[in-house]
Amino acid sequence: MSDTWVDGNGLAGALRELFAVDITTARGTCVGCGTVGPVAGARVYTRAPGVVARCPGCGGVLFRLVRGPDRAWLDLRGVTCLEIQVPDSG
Amino acid sequence: MARAAVLGRLSWRVADVVDIVEETSTARSLILDVPDWPGHRPGQHVDLRLTAEDGYTAQRSYSISSAPDGGRVELTVQRVEDGEVSPYLVDVVEPGDRFEVRGPVGGYFVWDPDDPAPVLLVAGGSGVVPLMAMIRTRAARGSPAPFRLIYSSRTPGTGVYRQELRVRAESNPGLEVAFAFTRVPSTATDAGRRRVGTDRLRESGWPPDLGPTCFVCGPTGFVESISRLLVDAGHDPARVLTERFGPTGG
Repeated sequence: MSDTWVDGNGLAGALRELFAVDITTARGTCVGCGTVGPVAGARVYTRAPGVVARCPGCGGVLFRLVRGPDRAWLDLRGVTCLEIQVPDSG
Repeated sequence: MARAAVLGRLSWRVADVVDIVEETSTARSLILDVPDWPGHRPGQHVDLRLTAEDGYTAQRSYSISSAPDGGRVELTVQRVEDGEVSPYLVDVVEPGDRFEVRGPVGGYFVWDPDDPAPVLLVAGGSGVVPLMAMIRTRAARGSPAPFRLIYSSRTPGTGVYRQELRVRAESNPGLEVAFAFTRVPSTATDAGRRRVGTDRLRESGWPPDLGPTCFVCGPTGFVESISRLLVDAGHDPARVLTERFGPTGG
């Protein structure tokens, strides 16, 4: 609704450009404090070159995403693990 | 949570503005026709892209307010005073105009119409938009899930969908709607109707032992406050789903 989203829900489109499944429902583990939560719940700062997602528990940087005209840079420095739901292979 | 699905490539589609509904002095609903729209789930949003004649583009996310209905997609946009995109959408766009959308996106803040569990919706300002999609989808699908909406806005005049919500509360069985106003004059009788707090969540919400799914959407401070109160009251944190859209909100 507003011009600036401030949680991971708003990154669904940008991340769907890179992944075949919806990553906002994936659960990530923070390197800094061990908090586990959905990407949708990350605190997202958009007034930066690209966007910065921070842990709602400790404020540490989880990941950064920068989009250029023909490529993207995804820096996952603060996420030790992403638990991603995938469709049944059968 | 719905089962994961492999999704098609996300691409920009041209959306035609077919109708406009003035909701308040600062908000309007844009009814779009989007060819080849793949359908959406209530709570999802779209990315919207405007391109200027010189090629400059600006992109924002907006929640979908309509129930799934073929290629018809409704967005409700609140003007943000220093915004770059919303003033154009609220003040300038007319039927016949076009812009690009991609989506639907977002699988987290989504209600599953096949889930019969009770639902509590708590909206701050224009955070009611994705919750309205859930209310409309519930009616369209004939879902028996009991719904309660607590809708906080500054004044009666700043809330969107007020008339439709009143009608639906009368005509949709199992839907209850409670309004809260944060900037009405304080009087003895309406004092309890002001800012949403623990008492209001208890009176107009569900007890935690019924296992409701709670959807909270609004400005960041509102969402932080309400979600904390719900968890403190005993609601399962995994069933308190949140969506924050910035400090200015409605």
